Amino acid sequence: MAAWFRRSKQKILSTERRNVAEDLWSKCPGCSEYIYRQELQKAQMVCPTCAHHFPIGCHGYIDLLLDGSNSITELNPGLTSVDALEFKARKKYTEQLAAAEKKTGLKEAVITVAATINKYPIVLAVMDFSFIGGSMGSAVGEKISRAIDYAREHRFPMATISSSGGARMQEGALSLMQMAKTSAKLALFNEADGLFISILTDPTTGGVTASYAMLGDVILAEPGALIGFAGARVIKQTIGQDLPEGFQRAEFLLEKGFVDHIVHRKDLKSTLVNLISFFGYEQAANTA
Amino acid sequence: MAKYILEFEKPLRELEDKIKSTKVTALERGIDMSKEIDGLQEKLKKAAEDFYKNLTRWQRVQMARHPERPHSMDYIEAMTDYWFELHGDRHYADDKAIVGGIGTIGGKKMMIIGQQKGRGTRDNLYRNFGMPNPEGYRKALRLMQLAAKFRVPVLSLVDTIGAYPGLGAEERGQAEAIARNLMVMSTLKVPIVIIVIGEGASGGALGVGVGDRLFMLENTWFSVISPEGSASILYRDASKAMEAADAMKVAPDDLVKMGICDQVLPEPIGGAHQDPETSIATVKKAILASLTELEGLAPEELVAQRIARYDKLGQWQE
Repeated sequence: MAAWFRRSKQKILSTERRNVAEDLWSKCPGCSEYIYRQELQKAQMVCPTCAHHFPIGCHGYIDLLLDGSNSITELNPGLTSVDALEFKARKKYTEQLAAAEKKTGLKEAVITVAATINKYPIVLAVMDFSFIGGSMGSAVGEKISRAIDYAREHRFPMATISSSGGARMQEGALSLMQMAKTSAKLALFNEADGLFISILTDPTTGGVTASYAMLGDVILAEPGALIGFAGARVIKQTIGQDLPEGFQRAEFLLEKGFVDHIVHRKDLKSTLVNLISFFGYEQAANTA
Repeated sequence: MAKYILEFEKPLRELEDKIKSTKVTALERGIDMSKEIDGLQEKLKKAAEDFYKNLTRWQRVQMARHPERPHSMDYIEAMTDYWFELHGDRHYADDKAIVGGIGTIGGKKMMIIGQQKGRGTRDNLYRNFGMPNPEGYRKALRLMQLAAKFRVPVLSLVDTIGAYPGLGAEERGQAEAIARNLMVMSTLKVPIVIIVIGEGASGGALGVGVGDRLFMLENTWFSVISPEGSASILYRDASKAMEAADAMKVAPDDLVKMGICDQVLPEPIGGAHQDPETSIATVKKAILASLTELEGLAPEELVAQRIARYDKLGQWQE
């Protein structure tokens, strides 16, 4: 073979340039438009073209909704998972937990806080999908249960922001029992006439949907959020046909009567404040 | 004697066949071999006891699915002196995968709810393989609320591989139906006794599985998802169900250690289907004994104890 025809470099390198672009621009999964990252951040990570809601994680919602760090008390920050079953599949559960903590900087898949929203006291539990798929194990169930108890004892309204693949398989039946525990706590909260607002974000499925997430006095959802009990793949296998367009999306649940309202992220705070105020809660006197 | 023999039971059946052929030989040749036969039978009995006591988790899962195993209606028909089935959720339909009705067991009035599998293909299609739709959970809810109104205790027989993952089930709010039951059952003002008679998977089982006492028969399993479901997610390979059953610790003894199951109810050697009468009598005894314990409690005390029971479940550190 002639020398001129041989490739002198083994690999064509183009990754460096792409990385730079991705830092500045994000491609919208909804409409495939490229959005300038700063613009996206200014718009609460919602695509200005098609209103696709990008995930913002638990801290994103805390920043978006609450009155600032002075008003926020994190509840049970040190409550974390243990490997009760000495679980090992392809990976050990302990390794998965350590990896999740390292990746996300979070200690668990939920943060629970007592805080104020436009001066109204609130107890808020925010899940984070990036921590083992936002799955609910014993620690998540216990943190949410204690948050509900805290809201009941202080007569504060309670809200949850869900994003979860469901119960955490690595804790077997113990994770299943968290569905019963959180629902039992909501039953007590309900008997004490507490207001519970459940906010569903993309995705909310499985055991979280089949417990507290579907028990809101008012249930709100972000546009386009995937919400369901069974996974789409399992349903497809069961019925042996493709699923209809928009199946298990927030708009589908609204149509079927399982969601009260779909709320754009920019309106989430004002919606919550209006609901809390309408149902008779009062602003705290001494908060900034 | 079971007609259907599971793969892992075959060595025992071979020993049984050997005894039979020895008997035949003895008869044909006119030799007295009764001592040898007695010895072999004694050996078989010991081997069988040992064998069934030490089943692996995956073997118990298979036993729980044995096609001849007694189902909810078998228990209900045998246990009740009076039984009157109540149908429908008053919203959409009557779910055949959950039966419900009023009855008396040992003279005690009960509201009975049972997840019902079918026997044979046709019956199984009719029962949707024991996988309830939302209307099943809503029927159960209606009946439990009726029971509370008249201070009648609730018995729930759990036997499902999960709530039905279908299109209609999602449209009609499978998750909401289960969630509602969890909330209402946790504060229902009458005793609730749960018996896992076969399989108990996920929210599908828990949706009729919150109560004051939970018993599991010896050859049953209970977990957050079926071993196959978990294997296909965690190992990306449904055939690793055996490993998944061990990893999730799905057997009755495991559930006792987790504090979820109060007591394991023994089955006859070889499983409930070998001697349904004995199994049914065991279940009936457990129900009546727990009713005696629970009946004396004031409704507020009963609910407080139930909530405390679920409050404790789980393990965490802080």
